[in-house]
Amino acid sequence: MLSRHTERCFINSITLSLATFAMALSLFILGLILSVLLKEGLAGIHLSLFTRITQAPGTPGGLLNAMMGSLLMTGFAVLMGTPIALLAGTYLAEYGNNSHLAVATRFMNDVLLSAPSIVLGLFIYQLYVVNVHHFSAWAGSFALALIVIPVVVRTTENMFRLVPDTLREAVAALGTPKWKIITYVILRVSRTGILTGILLATARISGETAPLLFTALNNQFWSVHMNQAMASMPVVIFQYAMSPYDDWHQLAWSGALLITFWVLLLNIIVRVVFNQKPPLH
Amino acid sequence: MELNTDLIFRFITQIFTYFVLLILIAILIFLVMGSLPAIKAFGLHFIVSTDWNPISKQFGGLPTIVGTLTTSIIALLIGVPISFGIALFLTELSPTWLKHPLRIAMELLAGIPSIIYGMWGLFVFAPAFGSHVQPWLSQHLGKLPILGVFFQGPPLGIGVLTAGIILSIMIIPFMAAVMRDVFAIVPDMLKESAYALGATTWDVERSIVLPYAKIGVMGSIMLGLGRAFGETMAVAFVVGNTHILSASLLMPGNTIASALANEFTEANGELYSASLIELGLVLFLITSALLFFSKLLLKKLAKYEAK
Repeated sequence: MLSRHTERCFINSITLSLATFAMALSLFILGLILSVLLKEGLAGIHLSLFTRITQAPGTPGGLLNAMMGSLLMTGFAVLMGTPIALLAGTYLAEYGNNSHLAVATRFMNDVLLSAPSIVLGLFIYQLYVVNVHHFSAWAGSFALALIVIPVVVRTTENMFRLVPDTLREAVAALGTPKWKIITYVILRVSRTGILTGILLATARISGETAPLLFTALNNQFWSVHMNQAMASMPVVIFQYAMSPYDDWHQLAWSGALLITFWVLLLNIIVRVVFNQKPPLH
Repeated sequence: MELNTDLIFRFITQIFTYFVLLILIAILIFLVMGSLPAIKAFGLHFIVSTDWNPISKQFGGLPTIVGTLTTSIIALLIGVPISFGIALFLTELSPTWLKHPLRIAMELLAGIPSIIYGMWGLFVFAPAFGSHVQPWLSQHLGKLPILGVFFQGPPLGIGVLTAGIILSIMIIPFMAAVMRDVFAIVPDMLKESAYALGATTWDVERSIVLPYAKIGVMGSIMLGLGRAFGETMAVAFVVGNTHILSASLLMPGNTIASALANEFTEANGELYSASLIELGLVLFLITSALLFFSKLLLKKLAKYEAK
């Protein structure tokens, strides 16, 4: 019979091996996904991908209109969401503290952060698309902005709270009014952190498909009109991957490689240039 | 003069705080308004009905609600032990120089857009799973007396089980990150005391770390569950999209998010759209409730930590 000690050591080595296996398995899957993406995606990377727009199956096409659409909608979403979130985050950190409004908003912000993105698309559809009677790139941007807002609200508040109170008191002692303390001192001190939050929010919405499906819809033609339906990379990839055509599958893989590359690039910029640890949420 | 600017600035920030608060309330109101026709037509019966017939205008949410729960539970059954293993590896086993690269790798896994998981699932994972694993499952497990019913059916590759597995890969990095963080706050003094008594690493993990971090681990599981419920694109690729409820996990199914993604733009008729919006409302309520409980748990943990 095994002694109690041998038995414990035996169980210990088994469980620790299993833990190592779990780590190795997840790395293996990561490698598998990235290698398939590279192999399938690189085969379709040509100049025409960036110069042609989406075409009918059989006709050589590219993803130019989808890239432009993603760029426009992501750009406007960040432009709309960031100021709102910055101001709300400022209130939470500098004025709100534990007031009812601040506590409620913090909680609602977390709910918004965890809300399924498809529900946000549904909300914008009900709020905007139904009332203007047509799909539009604006609607897509609104839906994406709803994802940007909670991320930036949270980073702004956290970054402002990292600024030591002694700095606030030092500036206040010089007779500076509070709004100047916030905009001239605290915002400047914490701009790297806030920029990190904005970049991470951009990375997150760059790959979002669900909120665009019934807001911006899709558009097989070249369009830069924000008031019309617009193509975007994720939606075109979804449409092409689900289609039965081989040339569309190829474009979908190449598009998938491009957006993954873009999202990872944003993450690397955050990490290397700003030397920040991206928070998982 | 300066005092006025101060008041105005404060007022502006307050307005936008109210705006953020209002977004959430507006989401709730508009989803309820959008689903009113369906709520009026089917009432509470909507949640238990398995009908889904756009022609005869009969809609029921049971297949998608069950599908959402099933895929998410499969994801948890696979994801929780693996996340636990990863967190254990990162806190107790990993050499220091390896911790940073491993952290980056997990962030990469979390950062890959969900549509990529969907494509990979459809084109790479599902064919391999359908030709190698599923036939074995239905041959060996399909004959079991009670459990067997879950593993019967043709090896299609896609289906509820496949969707659950893809979901598990997507939620592992999030759960592992939270678990690692809560394991890291266990005081070294406690662990070292146990080691000094001759405990093995596993003994320490099981008898010291887990009881101490219990609440945090539960919070992380709820966080993962919430993500699994709401995940749309990865599931839409591989779940099969059928409103026919089947006991077998190898058969195609549907989830709320995936049904919305596939059917909403093609839904003609007020009742069809309203039924889909009602599904969205159900999803929103479930994920919000989950978040509420996970926050509650993690807050409790923070209190313990403060003591």
